[in-house]
Order: sequence, then C-alpha cells, then structure tokens
Amino acid sequence: MSTEIRTRRERNAVAAGRPWSRDRVETLILTWLRWIVIATILIVTLFPFYYMLVLSVRPISSLLQDPGALWVSAGEFNLETYTSVLQSPSDGGQGFLIFMRNSALVALGTVVVTLILAIPGSYAISRLQFFGRQRISALFLAVYLFPSILLAIPLFVFFTRIGLRGELLGLLLVYVAQVVPVSIYMLRNYFETIPISLEEAAAIDGASRFTIMRRISLPLAMPAIVSNGLYIFMIAWNEFLFALLFLVESRENWTVSLGLSQLAGSIEIPTTVLMAGSVILTLPIIIIFFAAERLLTEGLTAGAEKG
Amino acid sequence: MSTTPRRDAAPAREGAPVQRAGRKRSSMAKAEQRAGLTLISPTLIIVLVMIVLPILWTIMLAFQQIRLLNLRTAGILGNYTISNFTEVFSSPGFLEALLVTLVYSVAGTGLAIGFGLIAALALRKPFRGRTLVRAATLIPYVAPIVAVTFVWTTMLNPQFGIVNHWGTQFLGWDQAIPFLSERQRDVSFLGLTFTVPTALLTVIAFEAWRSFPFAFLFLTARLQAVPASLDEAARVDGATPTQRFRYILLPQLLPTIAVLSVLRFIWTFNSFDDIYLLTGGGAGTEVVAVRVYNFLISRGDIGAASAQALVLAVILAVLVGIYLKFFAKKEEVS
Repeated sequence: MSTEIRTRRERNAVAAGRPWSRDRVETLILTWLRWIVIATILIVTLFPFYYMLVLSVRPISSLLQDPGALWVSAGEFNLETYTSVLQSPSDGGQGFLIFMRNSALVALGTVVVTLILAIPGSYAISRLQFFGRQRISALFLAVYLFPSILLAIPLFVFFTRIGLRGELLGLLLVYVAQVVPVSIYMLRNYFETIPISLEEAAAIDGASRFTIMRRISLPLAMPAIVSNGLYIFMIAWNEFLFALLFLVESRENWTVSLGLSQLAGSIEIPTTVLMAGSVILTLPIIIIFFAAERLLTEGLTAGAEKG
Repeated sequence: MSTTPRRDAAPAREGAPVQRAGRKRSSMAKAEQRAGLTLISPTLIIVLVMIVLPILWTIMLAFQQIRLLNLRTAGILGNYTISNFTEVFSSPGFLEALLVTLVYSVAGTGLAIGFGLIAALALRKPFRGRTLVRAATLIPYVAPIVAVTFVWTTMLNPQFGIVNHWGTQFLGWDQAIPFLSERQRDVSFLGLTFTVPTALLTVIAFEAWRSFPFAFLFLTARLQAVPASLDEAARVDGATPTQRFRYILLPQLLPTIAVLSVLRFIWTFNSFDDIYLLTGGGAGTEVVAVRVYNFLISRGDIGAASAQALVLAVILAVLVGIYLKFFAKKEEVS
C-alpha cells in the first residue's frame, strides 16, 4: 500500500536519470539494518536463557571439558541435575522443592491479600468522593517510586525486635505493602474506563453500594484483576532484597531466589545443578508471561498512555 | 458501544459536586464519604505502618548511634547526634560510591532507552512472527533477577564461561577477562591506549540488557498511537526515512522518553539486586544501595546505614526535582 506512493523526490530523481536518490539509499540500508537489528535482539535476549537450559542438562565434567559447546550431545544429556537440585538436603540434594513451596506460599499469599485490599481501595479512589482522596493517591504514587533500600533498614530492625524476622508471614506483609499502591494505581486506571452510568442504573434500581460493587463493577473489572494478580505474583516470586534481609538465617524458609543466590557462591555444588535451579526459578514466570502476555503488557502501559 | 455510555458518564460525574452542594444531598455525600474511607482504610493502614512509619523511623535512626548489638536496649528517645553523617561523609569510599551510582544510573538509563528505541523502531512494521519477537524481547525484564545474574556470571566466568572461551578462541584475546572482578584494564584501540573500568562497564551492560525491554514496551505503545497520516504526508513531501524519524517521530516520542528517563533513573539509582548479585559491590562497582546493605549487615552499623540511605534519597529527590523544574517546563513550552 504505502510502497505504491512514489515520492516527489523519487520521481524527480528517476526523471533526471539518477536512480540513487538519498531516499532510496536510506530505505535500502534501513531495510537491511532492520533485519540485522531484529536478529540481534533475538540473539541477545534469548541466548542467556538458551545457555541456561543447555547447561542445566549437561554434566559438569563435560562443561569443563568443552565450555564453548552450544548444544547437548545425546550422550551427555541427563536430568540428574534436576533431581539433585530438587531433593531435600537430607537426601543429598539442595532442597529446591521446599524453596518452591515457600516461594509459592509467599507469592500466592501476597496476590490474595493485595487483591483483597486493592479492589475496594481502587474502587473507592476511582468512584467515591471522600476527604483526602487526592492526597492518598499522591501518597501511593510516591511510595511506588521510593527507594526500597531506605525501607530495608527500619523493617529489618522492626522485624528483628518483634521476632517476625525469619518468618514467611513477615515477608508477606512487606510485599503486600510494597505492591498494593501499584496494584491500586493499575486497577484504578481500569475502573475509570468502565462507564459510571452502568452503576448509576443499578443504583436507581435500588442496589446498595456493596451490591453494585459485587454484581457490576467486579465482573467488569475481571480482566484487569486477573492481569494485576499475575503481575503481583511475578513481583513477589522474583523479589530478592527483602527475602535476603529477612530469611537468610533460616534455611527452611528460603525462597527459590534466595536459595539460588546463597548456593551460587559455594564451590561444592556444580554450576550445572544450580543452572537447573535457575531454570526452575525462571520457568513459572515464563509460563505466566506467555500465557498472559497481552493482558500484562496492556496493564503495564495503561499508565503510560495517559501522559 | 463503548463510546456512547462514556459520553453520558462525563457530564454525570462533573455534575455530581454541584448536586452535592445542596443540603438534601449532604446525607448521601456523607454516606459516600464514609464508604470511601472504609474501603481505603485497610490499604492506608498497611501502607502507613509498613512504609511511611519506617521511612520516618529511618530519619530518626540516622541521627542515633545504634548498632545491631545494642538494638534491643536502645529506645526511641536515644541520644540524637549528627555523628553518623560526619562519619559517612568523611569515610573513604562514600563519595566514590556516589559517583559510581551516578555513572551507573546515567549510563544504564541512557543505554536502556537507546536500545529500547532501536528495538521499538525495528519492530514497528508488522511481519510474520512479530508478536513472538515482541514477547521474547520482554523476557530479560520479567525473568527473575537472581536467575539472570547467575547466568551472566556463569557466561562471563573466566574458567568455563562461554564468552571468555569464544573470546580466546575466535577473537584473539590473550587471556580470559575477569569481567566481574577486575577494576580496570588498559585497552588499545587504533594505537591509543585507554583505561576502562571493566567491572563497572559490565554491570552497566547488564543493566542495559535487563531494562531495555521496559523502554521498548513504552515506546512501542507510543509509536502505535502516532497517526499514520503524519508519516505518509511527510513521505509524499519527499522526506527520507531518517528525516521522517528526526522531524516526525522523534518529537512525538520525546514526552514518553522524558517520562522513561525519570522512571528508569530513579529505579537504577536505587537498585541493589543487580550489582549485589553480579559483583557484590567489589571491583569498583559499589553503589550506595549496596554500601548501605554492607553497613547494615556486615558492620551492623544501623545508624550509619540509615544516614547513607537518607543521603541517597535526598540526592535522588533533588536530582528529580531539578529535572522536573527545568526540563518538564521546557517540554510544555515546545
């Protein structure tokens, strides 16, 4: 379609017998450059993950023999790394199964608690006039941008004092406080796109505020709530700093992220076994991401398009 | 379908405060007031308790001589002193950490946005499999930080890392480069010798790799909103591709780039995970956030750690403030 358009300069160039106009040269170079860029993007973004996958099924001895190999030969392919990393330490493994349970507990708990708080909260901010509404919104935005290292110190001190350090519950509370402002912000943006007249019609029919929320607003906001929940799950599953600060001394409560980072320094555990651990850490995120990619990217940019 | 109700909605919302001014409405407004506060208060409480109070407490801790050891006996009303700040500013390495943080954030932000822009432009026109390529581009950003830093450290490992293996095999490197543990090295290029901070450049490259998808995502969303007619009009007028980018697309993208710069700068400035996991803050890559952690955990010096965190936050606030004051206004004018 657009290629049919012959530009004025191009026509002049052809008429003057000069086929190499600046436009043509640029177009030609950029067409090639575009494919080179696309290929580079794919290699640069995907290669580390491919490398992760390849190393996770190779024995450490063959890695040391041939560090440059880009694929796994049939002879060296083995999944012992995975059993070794998943088994509990008493069976000679690294206990990643327990770490996965911990991560899942914290991440799912964070999702549930955050949504219970954020759905009514975002509804209130987008729909109801109340004293301090603007200020609360501004506060939440400020919290979102705040350095978490600044929070790390007092929370570390506070949880040490009340004895919640080392417990998954303490971590969960911190995560909820960190993500609830983002969650409210994203959900609020979505609520604003739902026409208020639907709710007003229900109100005229005699529905109470609570009924309106439950029967009208909630079902309409479901796509946003689902993508929000997935987003929170990813944040909580990936989180590292607070897990490190709170849980480092109690190995039975380590999350997958913390476990991998702590074991990565040790010399006794083969790199390939830990590579299996990082595949296990990454896989749930990749699965969620590809399952809900459209929902998630829309949610992420929802705030950006307003500005 | 979606546009018509929206049009009804707007006047209804604008009209609401006017109705509320009347006395008859006041009881309903009060009910709404109460409902709003009830719905928001659980969130407000948890944010106040877990975030706002701790921040205030950090400020108090920064002015107290508290260590991990005497934590249990120290009270809220301890002796207040500014000795933490004098200690922080006079201690060796703090100013260097600040400089490293600044270089790291500026370079990381710039590269991430630059690569994000290139990627967004390259993937602008549809082609088969574009959706998949777009999704793949986002993976570095969503993948767990611990997993990606582990892969990077393995890839860059001097003994069995693939980068050093290929470098020595095919690129003619004399010996393996310890990318993450070498402070600086001399590089000859065109007969000139430069001294480059190896580890710092490596973590900056990592930061660019990790966060360019974020810029890519936002710029792609903005590119899609640019009306095609603009581009076509310029085309008919004989503008070449680079001219169209410079005079048509770039002005459209600038506001988004400005927002991205602020966001990415704030996040990179505060970031702890990336550098802690890659180098542990060694080899000239100690940023302030990692330094705060080291003071807190290794030295158990809560007071000094708080003081540094506070300095970090204040500097960040000042930088962002300056940016918003001078640059945000300019943009409005232009």
